[in-house]
Amino acid sequence: MHIEVRGLKKQFGDFQAVNDVSFEIEKGHLIGLLGPSGGGKTSILRMLAGLESPSSGDIIFHGKRVNDLPPQERGIGFVFQNYALFKHMTVYDNVSFGLKVKGQSKEFIRERVMSLVELTGLKGFEHRYPHQLSGGQRQRVAFARALAPEPQLLLLDEPFAAIDAKIRTELRTWLKDMIERVGITSIFVTHDQEEAIEVADEIMIINKGRLEQKGSPWEIYKNPQTQFVASFIGESTIVENIERLKGFEEAANWPGTQALIRPEYIEIGKLSEFRLPSATFQGTVKHLHFRGSEWMVEVQVGDIKLITYRSLEKDVLQPGDEVTVLIHRAYLFNDSDTWIMENRLKVDPMPIHI
Amino acid sequence: MKKLWITLTYLVFIILLIIPIIKIFTGAWEEGWDGFVEALSRKQSLHALMMTGIIVVVVTAINTVFGVMLALYLVRAGWIGKRMKQFMNSLVDLPFAVSPVIGGLMIVLLLGPSSIMGAFFEDIGFKVVYALPGMILATLFVTFPLMVREVMPVLQEIGSQQEEAASTLGAYSWYTFWHVTWPSIRWGVIYGVVLTVARSLGEFGAVLVVSGNIMNKTQTATTLVYQDVENFNVIAANSIALVLAAFSVGLLLLMEWAKKRKEVH
Ligand SMILES: Nc1ncnc2c1ncn2[C@@H]1O[C@H](COP(=O)(O)OP(=O)(O)OP(=O)(O)O)[C@@H](O)[C@H]1O
Ligand SMILES: [Mg+2]
Repeated sequence: MHIEVRGLKKQFGDFQAVNDVSFEIEKGHLIGLLGPSGGGKTSILRMLAGLESPSSGDIIFHGKRVNDLPPQERGIGFVFQNYALFKHMTVYDNVSFGLKVKGQSKEFIRERVMSLVELTGLKGFEHRYPHQLSGGQRQRVAFARALAPEPQLLLLDEPFAAIDAKIRTELRTWLKDMIERVGITSIFVTHDQEEAIEVADEIMIINKGRLEQKGSPWEIYKNPQTQFVASFIGESTIVENIERLKGFEEAANWPGTQALIRPEYIEIGKLSEFRLPSATFQGTVKHLHFRGSEWMVEVQVGDIKLITYRSLEKDVLQPGDEVTVLIHRAYLFNDSDTWIMENRLKVDPMPIHI
Repeated sequence: MKKLWITLTYLVFIILLIIPIIKIFTGAWEEGWDGFVEALSRKQSLHALMMTGIIVVVVTAINTVFGVMLALYLVRAGWIGKRMKQFMNSLVDLPFAVSPVIGGLMIVLLLGPSSIMGAFFEDIGFKVVYALPGMILATLFVTFPLMVREVMPVLQEIGSQQEEAASTLGAYSWYTFWHVTWPSIRWGVIYGVVLTVARSLGEFGAVLVVSGNIMNKTQTATTLVYQDVENFNVIAANSIALVLAAFSVGLLLLMEWAKKRKEVH
């Protein structure tokens, strides 16, 4: 189902929970709503479902305004954060609920439920009650229940929040496959950027009730349009006076500008390892932290502290070591603007033509 | 030390509960089975028991329906303002705070023959005070908080998500109530019914004030016991008290059973 939202607002008392959010979602896409706690993600989802009515703005499904339709008639499936399974019903009755309401025939219900039970890997659990299931199994029952009446849009509110980290990665791959197979437009909420990046076709970053940016995970990572998005996605260090770092002297032209540098944009090593020594400068290793698969290195350059990672395969550094540092690029931002600045010296000053 | 307290507790229990029950029992049996039967088969006894029976049935039915409804509104309705909810919520407790006698008096003052509303009802031939409707009203007043207070916490505990899930699956409120909400609150409601029956069976003060305690007309089992005691008719008083006590014990057992089921689900 094609979805369009225009100027959506929601007020609780005088608190603005959702503020002027507009977006469009193409049929069949899987969208991740990502953002810090209290940002308004659940509120947006609930308004799409009709469980909460917008203070203003339009919600349009398939070109038809649905603001005044009750949840019963919107053709959506909703998976709640803690699943909200009917606790006095068996798995079978939970999944068949939406079909019974519609007055489908017994055989039809049986067939559909059994195929969903099979699809979600719950075969043999049909007669269990929710309290006799594990978290992951409950999640799948909630998923099957939401899918049973063949909704046009699937909404999932932090579907993996209550599941431990290991099964979580497993389940989200499973969910992505499942949604692809069913081919249903879906929106899921998450706190976890890794989850959003891994699963979603497109990510919408929500902060303080506003839609900060919408785009594919790669676009958002590569091209953050606001300071919030840049600092929220990936890791980063904020540098107050970037003009003191080699290759970024131009930043002095914009007074009051700060920079945000991702660890992966910083390279450290011996001077001889760099192809363009002119673009590098010296720093001192301040601390080293072992991070399981790599070292996290804190480097001090003047009064600026930079954070980067270093492969375990390379020489082990010691605190106090002098290292050569190259910064490839930085996000610059001030009150009115954000932009990306490449290391000017990296663009070879004297290109050699062979 | 602990043993002493336990013994003491039992002692208080025996003095306050067991001995009176035995006393009632022996009192009723003072002239044997015949005395008991005779006391109960008096016209006023049968009438009083019937009145009590009618009051219990009607009050329990009304209280159950409206108690559950009010609990649902107080917990779930989004269209009632927060202030209004708080106000209504404290209003529910009013009968707990006000003495039943005062409650009865309020009804007499509001609906008695000398009041405007009472006169109006009297004119259209519907007697409220000193008649069955007033007694039912008085008992309703006294028992009203019981159902609401039983059901509200259950509703709060189960939360509204299951109901919201049902609505996204296409179920409207009536279907949702019977298939999703009711199974969860069922045992709370049954517990509330038992409490209401017990309370309306034993209500004395409010009913006494409203009914005027007219024999064979507006007398209930409890007010008859009171009158029999006044008239030193000890056997009769004990006999009716015994019938009431028997019901209470039955209800107590039912209550225990309902409570257990409530915890299981
Ligand atoms: N019924 C309500 N009444 C008042 N305020 C509310 C209500 N529901 C949500 N809010 C407020 O609206 C804001 C957004 O809430 P919402 O639940 O949408 O956030 P969220 O992004 O889903 O957060 P989380 O990631 O923690 O679930 C919060 O500040 C919350 O306190
Ligand atoms: Mg939320």
